[in-house]
Amino acid sequence: MNKPVLELKNVNKSFGPIDVLHDITLQVKAGEVLCLLGDNGAGKSTLIKTLAGVHKPTSGEMLMDGEPVSFARPKDAADRGIATVHQFGGTFPLMSIGRSFFVGVEPTKGFGPFKVFDKKTANEVAVKAVQEFGITRITDGDRLIGGLSGGERQSLAIARALHFGARVLILDEPTAALGVKQASHVLRVVMEAKKRGVAVIFITHQVTHAMAVGDHFAVLIRGALAANFMKGEKSREEITDLMAGGEALADLDAHLEDNTGQGAAAATVS
Amino acid sequence: MDLIANLLRRPAAASILSLIGVLVFYVVFGGVELGKLANAASWLNYAARIGIVALPVGLLMISGEIDISIGAMIPAGAMTTAIISGYYDLPIIFGIIGALTIGVLVGLFNGILAVRTTVPTLIITLGTLVAMQGVVLAGSKLLTGAASVPLTAPAWAKTLFGDFIFGGSHQVIIIWWVILAVIFWFVMHMSKFGNWIFAIGGDKVSARNAGIPVDRITILLFVLTSTAASFVGMCHAILFNSAQVSGGMNDIFNIIVSVVVGGVLLTGGFGSIAGVFIGTLTFAIVNKGIDFTAIDRNWANLIIGVMLLIAVAMNESFRKMALSYAPKPKK
Ligand SMILES: Nc1ncnc2c1ncn2[C@@H]1O[C@H](COP(=O)(O)OP(=O)(O)OP(=O)(O)O)[C@@H](O)[C@H]1O
Ligand SMILES: [Mg+2]
Repeated sequence: MNKPVLELKNVNKSFGPIDVLHDITLQVKAGEVLCLLGDNGAGKSTLIKTLAGVHKPTSGEMLMDGEPVSFARPKDAADRGIATVHQFGGTFPLMSIGRSFFVGVEPTKGFGPFKVFDKKTANEVAVKAVQEFGITRITDGDRLIGGLSGGERQSLAIARALHFGARVLILDEPTAALGVKQASHVLRVVMEAKKRGVAVIFITHQVTHAMAVGDHFAVLIRGALAANFMKGEKSREEITDLMAGGEALADLDAHLEDNTGQGAAAATVS
Repeated sequence: MDLIANLLRRPAAASILSLIGVLVFYVVFGGVELGKLANAASWLNYAARIGIVALPVGLLMISGEIDISIGAMIPAGAMTTAIISGYYDLPIIFGIIGALTIGVLVGLFNGILAVRTTVPTLIITLGTLVAMQGVVLAGSKLLTGAASVPLTAPAWAKTLFGDFIFGGSHQVIIIWWVILAVIFWFVMHMSKFGNWIFAIGGDKVSARNAGIPVDRITILLFVLTSTAASFVGMCHAILFNSAQVSGGMNDIFNIIVSVVVGGVLLTGGFGSIAGVFIGTLTFAIVNKGIDFTAIDRNWANLIIGVMLLIAVAMNESFRKMALSYAPKPKK
């Protein structure tokens, strides 16, 4: 529907003798959720760290809005609007919501040497930003980050990234440590980000989460792009197989699901 | 009830309770007359001596680092002043500049090593602590042939750095301490730099990615701790008209205990200037106030140890309260 925001062309990445990414060519567009799938060690995190400026590609090209880009530091990527939110939503557990929201870009009032941190504005803006994502339980910017639930923390981190103009949002297993309800909060926030025209790259090991929000799926197997398809082009079973590294695990998965009743019973006995 | 809960969640809460606890203990078990204690200078002088250093050490610890070389820097500042302006008889201004310069240099050395290597700063500053003790001892022997150097400072220097005020035995560094506390409070809690220091202590990598000059701030904080220590040494040399080579080992522990009682988290990211200030007062009252009690002075360390443990336990639980705090839903 539109031009890709971020594009990889034949990107390779190796750490010394270890080749981790082979010849990746991939695009992500504005308002699209790209689900990055693959088994443990497939290279998903390495791929997004390359996008975020943590690693430099060994060879290949990275384009943003069609122009080649190269990031020396994560800060460079962040300045171009590529924001990464980590598994625990980052970062400063003992800081208040308002203070942590504005780390590095503190609002101040007053002048000269008496510029003071504008706590009221910081708190208001931060609370409003998360509330817009439907997290209405956060009402007080003085609360400490460490006291929020995992899902709230993720949502806050995403809201922060978008508030500061992120155009590409990278989420590395944001739902991994969350319960069903918390995960659905985060998925809703992802949908909202997409609605605002942000390009989202979403890593998950859970097929259900991927199917719920994904428009575009890319599967990595041992560092190579094994599949790259749009929503509706493959069935849930096919995706599950691909995620497991191409082995026919979907049958097993279905089998396990059939037997969950028995499995639970067995667990309580042992 | 809400007011009390609000107070308890602040980083300074444990230090305030410790202060009250110590005073009550001294009054009940030591028979202290509070009025007499309040008028005494000894504890306040001592509080200023360790407090001036505890302020930057508090900031440094909030940023997640530690500096124990301060122990050597107090005598280093004193000896530098006395050697330059006492033994070599140069104008006092050179002694003052010399003392501050040595503080800045050692701070730069600590700070640059801290950001360039992955060696824990406890180890780095342990190295500079021992090295500076050696430099001070050997240097003064070499230059002056003595371990104690006399100094006579002119009146203006005395008035500024080493005099008694209020017509009694209170030292002028008490005023320095209070002024510095206000400045540090402003920087830490009102300016954006305080936010940066909290962020660095919370998570260095994220702070750096947010564009905070982490390395420069870290180096600056090491310069501040080291220079604050040499400043205190300089003031003492001017006050007492002499400087001695000494280990300064007690100061290290006393300053760190004050900061920890003041609610600063050893692993960084949490603390307050008010807490450090009150923690220092509390420590000084325990340590010097015991002379006003019927309790034998030798028990002071036991009291300090117990107070430290209680304060740390309180800090832990108050921090948990702060973390789990959520406003009650409005009806
Ligand atoms: N800095 C590095 N140096 C050497 N090898 C690395 C480095 N980073 C990652 N690797 C290797 O690259 C491979 C891919 O790792 P990566 O973390 O990208 O996998 P992943 O797909 O994110 O896995 P998971 O699902 O477990 O998070 C692994 O074999 C890993 O050991
Ligand atoms: Mg990973």
